[in-house]
Amino acid sequence: MSSTTTPKLRPTKETGVLSWLATTDHKRIGILYFFTTLVFFFLGGVESGFIRLQLAQAEQSVISEDLYNQIFTMHGITMVFLVVMPLSAAFFNYLIPLMIGARDVAFPRLNAFSYWVYLFGGIFLYSSFFLGGAPAGSWVGYAPLHATEGMSMGFYAIGIQILGLSSLAAAVNFITTILNMRAPGMTFMRMPVFIWMALVTNFLLLFAIPVIAVALFMLQFDTLYGGQFFQPGSGGDPILYQHLFWLFGHPEVYIMILPAMGIVSEILPVGSRKPLFGYAAVVFAGAAIGFIGFGVWAHHMFTSAIGPVARSAFALSTMFIAVPTGIKVFNWVFTMWGGKIRFTTPMLFSVGFVSMFVIGGLSGVTHAIVPHNAQQHDTYYVVAHFHYVLFGGALFGLIAGIYFWFPKVTGKLMSEKLGKWHFWTWLLGFNLTFGPMHMSGLLGQPRRTAVLPGELGATVELYNLLSSLGVIVLTGSALVFLYNLITSIKRGEASGDDPWNARTLEWMTPSPTPSVNFYRIPTITHRDEFWHRKYAEDESGKPVSIPAGASDDHDSDGDDDHAEEHIHMPDPSLWPFVMCLAFFPIAYGMLYFNPWLFALGALWLVVGYFLWITEPLAEGDDDDPEDADDHAAVGAAAH
Amino acid sequence: MRDRVTMRPPTRRRRPLHLLILALLALGLSACGDAEQNALLPAGPYAQEPHDLIIPVAIIALVVFVLVQGLIIYSSWRYRERADDDGSLPEQVHGNTRLEIVWTVIPALILAAIAVPTVQGIFSQMAEPDDDFMTIEVIGHRWWFEYYYPDHDIYTANEMVIPANTPVRLQMTATDPARDASQGVIHSFWVPRLAGKQDLVPGQTTFLNLQADEPGRFLGMCAEYCGLSHANMRIRVEALDDGDWQAWVDNQTSPATVPDEGTLEARGRELYGDLGDRQACASCHQVWEGDGSRSPGQGPDLTHLMSRQEFAGAIHDLDAENLRAWLADPESMKAMNYELDGIGMPNLNLTDDELDALVAYLLALD
Repeated sequence: MSSTTTPKLRPTKETGVLSWLATTDHKRIGILYFFTTLVFFFLGGVESGFIRLQLAQAEQSVISEDLYNQIFTMHGITMVFLVVMPLSAAFFNYLIPLMIGARDVAFPRLNAFSYWVYLFGGIFLYSSFFLGGAPAGSWVGYAPLHATEGMSMGFYAIGIQILGLSSLAAAVNFITTILNMRAPGMTFMRMPVFIWMALVTNFLLLFAIPVIAVALFMLQFDTLYGGQFFQPGSGGDPILYQHLFWLFGHPEVYIMILPAMGIVSEILPVGSRKPLFGYAAVVFAGAAIGFIGFGVWAHHMFTSAIGPVARSAFALSTMFIAVPTGIKVFNWVFTMWGGKIRFTTPMLFSVGFVSMFVIGGLSGVTHAIVPHNAQQHDTYYVVAHFHYVLFGGALFGLIAGIYFWFPKVTGKLMSEKLGKWHFWTWLLGFNLTFGPMHMSGLLGQPRRTAVLPGELGATVELYNLLSSLGVIVLTGSALVFLYNLITSIKRGEASGDDPWNARTLEWMTPSPTPSVNFYRIPTITHRDEFWHRKYAEDESGKPVSIPAGASDDHDSDGDDDHAEEHIHMPDPSLWPFVMCLAFFPIAYGMLYFNPWLFALGALWLVVGYFLWITEPLAEGDDDDPEDADDHAAVGAAAH
Repeated sequence: MRDRVTMRPPTRRRRPLHLLILALLALGLSACGDAEQNALLPAGPYAQEPHDLIIPVAIIALVVFVLVQGLIIYSSWRYRERADDDGSLPEQVHGNTRLEIVWTVIPALILAAIAVPTVQGIFSQMAEPDDDFMTIEVIGHRWWFEYYYPDHDIYTANEMVIPANTPVRLQMTATDPARDASQGVIHSFWVPRLAGKQDLVPGQTTFLNLQADEPGRFLGMCAEYCGLSHANMRIRVEALDDGDWQAWVDNQTSPATVPDEGTLEARGRELYGDLGDRQACASCHQVWEGDGSRSPGQGPDLTHLMSRQEFAGAIHDLDAENLRAWLADPESMKAMNYELDGIGMPNLNLTDDELDALVAYLLALD
């Protein structure tokens, strides 16, 4: 009904730029996320190149102190908020519906909204380079330093609030999807571990993002409008900002690592051709990490103005969180134990993840030794530690995921030969870059210094030079990966539907996945459902292959008559994109304190919002069988 | 009893591992006779205690590291798919409760064992020293440290002089430029060989204990990012034996040298107090000549400037050439932006003659 009265502004083409701007398909949004993070990863990588160039020799200034401070700040912001978090979101988008047997996420247009907010937030942050200088207050943006950095920290406070909005909307969406849209029979304890970790991660986002939103809102007022929340001269408290930041910031660490842990928990069983060892232990350890992760924040503040009781309490909770982390590591190793491991590239990166993450975990335990933390804190030892967790950990896991699910997205394989080159050079470059930092930190090199002080001695200089050489290796390695990615997209070897002999639902669908994921929603009877449709176990527990078509469960794929069913697929919509454009005038209006610009943005937002909500989810989608035929026809054509 | 059993393997391995760690440390130190900012080379009890705590933890971590990485490498090698594989699938093992309990309980016990001395260490590090101690007030400015000795009424900057073998309790805060908390940012005082670091927070007072067992010169840096010139905010601690210490105090508590009339130095002293329509040095820096009480301005106290070895956040040697370059164009010597934010040293557009006179005067302030 309403569809006849609303002007037809809905793009109907399946290809072209407009189709991407208007897409509400979780898979295409996942692809958008992926390529956007690739661009930001390039920018963050260039920034790290400048950092290592500056510190390659003592007492040299290739770039000015001012520019260096901007660059290391933007490197941190980029890698955390614009690369690792959204890259995880790319996996959530593409995989959550497929792995739980759903046709899309719960709120497809909100999903598009999340992506566009992320993209525009990132563009807004980077526009600072052209508008008087990027934020130079480090990624933590501590008060009261922020106030003296003026406009640039305004970009920080507003930009990250916008990015937080994206994460918050996505968190609501994914939690709803996982809780409500699982295929029949998929109980919680039959969910893939990746889905579990996605669930935990998104709950962490849901509770942590509001905390940073509050902190940044106050910071924005302090920075731009003369607020005094964190100004000690008028009774404000700079330590309050640290508490708020890290109450978000530590769960944030787990927000970045848990998705990678989920990915690795999927790949190790496939590569070892054995189920995950101790599924329940891995799941509960992940959930425990999520809970305890909210109780360790002040270990980032051990040298700040907090007393011995607080220091002791957070030392204990920090040590405590090592226990569930250890449980996970041992279960991963024992997944490999007794298997028949095929070292494909995703498997190499997964094993690399476990190995490198252990190093980051162990140096993490040393931080809990508070008296010595006072030596390590804010030195390159800490830089080494968190890169072992976030680069050796999160990024290795995410890259494993890229190689693993590439065939799912494209129907092609990435080159194994280049993949192995990528892995070994990546491993070497990573350790060469960050390994020596443990030592240079303990030998006295503080982080965030625009020059490497010569007085630290020749050994520290040597370690810094090694770190800088490591970045060259990493750059070459990244180029191999990029080349592999592009050539494999163009002319990769056909993968077939199930190239890895995988275990989970997403591989039951054809590769690349058609726009309708499942014509018929599968009924789940096992954890690792797909595997159990391929193999039964004999008396001794040995898996025996089930002949094709003999599964007690009906194979639904490719069954044409199901295409006649009425399948609800969300139609494309331009409104999330149009509405999100409003964040530019809102953000610049707040930044330059221009009420007219702000009002324009607010009005735009409201109008866009109404156009969004008055547009039906799908044309004629009122459970009217006649209208629905169109959709079935479109779906069948894609099929 | 059970505790001892679980703890035995690390104990048994301690000696070779200890040697290994020492070898690694030796490697770290081999090339550097100038490693006076080395956190692994404690030179006083407040650095020694954390060091003694971390070494056993590092050994345990190393054992765990070797075990887990060994396990990863072993299972990768042992259970790789062989060329002659028959294509059958391995046994589908789902888990083992006993193993889960083992790798939950053992790490928990190890951590509990580490936790006890950690908590003790936290309290002993932060408590007031038992013996007679000296208090020094530390103020973090952008971008230099100021020290005030309340027992002697001494102000100095960048280089802290302490008596060796005496506990010193630093009472610290951060302000700038006009000793007004509304302008300060957070810094962190860190001289690794004498103690761990502690942040200085505007509007609050924090404390740090340190002590040097022997006379010596110890290096440090601000360790909390504090903006543009954070990298140029260094610390030196000079520990003196009793005689030298007393001589230093006597010198510092005496008024500044007043140059004889008619000399270049005297001309410099005049300029110091009056630069016409330009901001005079004396509006920010103090040279105490014995009148009234000592009360420093925004910048470092210069009464006994030449008793120090370095200046400008201790990044430049204190000599005529550097002083002249600094006075002529401070921002070429240290990253600052005085025009924009009033932080640091302004460029006073001094003429060559004025520079000659001022440098001569400053060099006379011994």
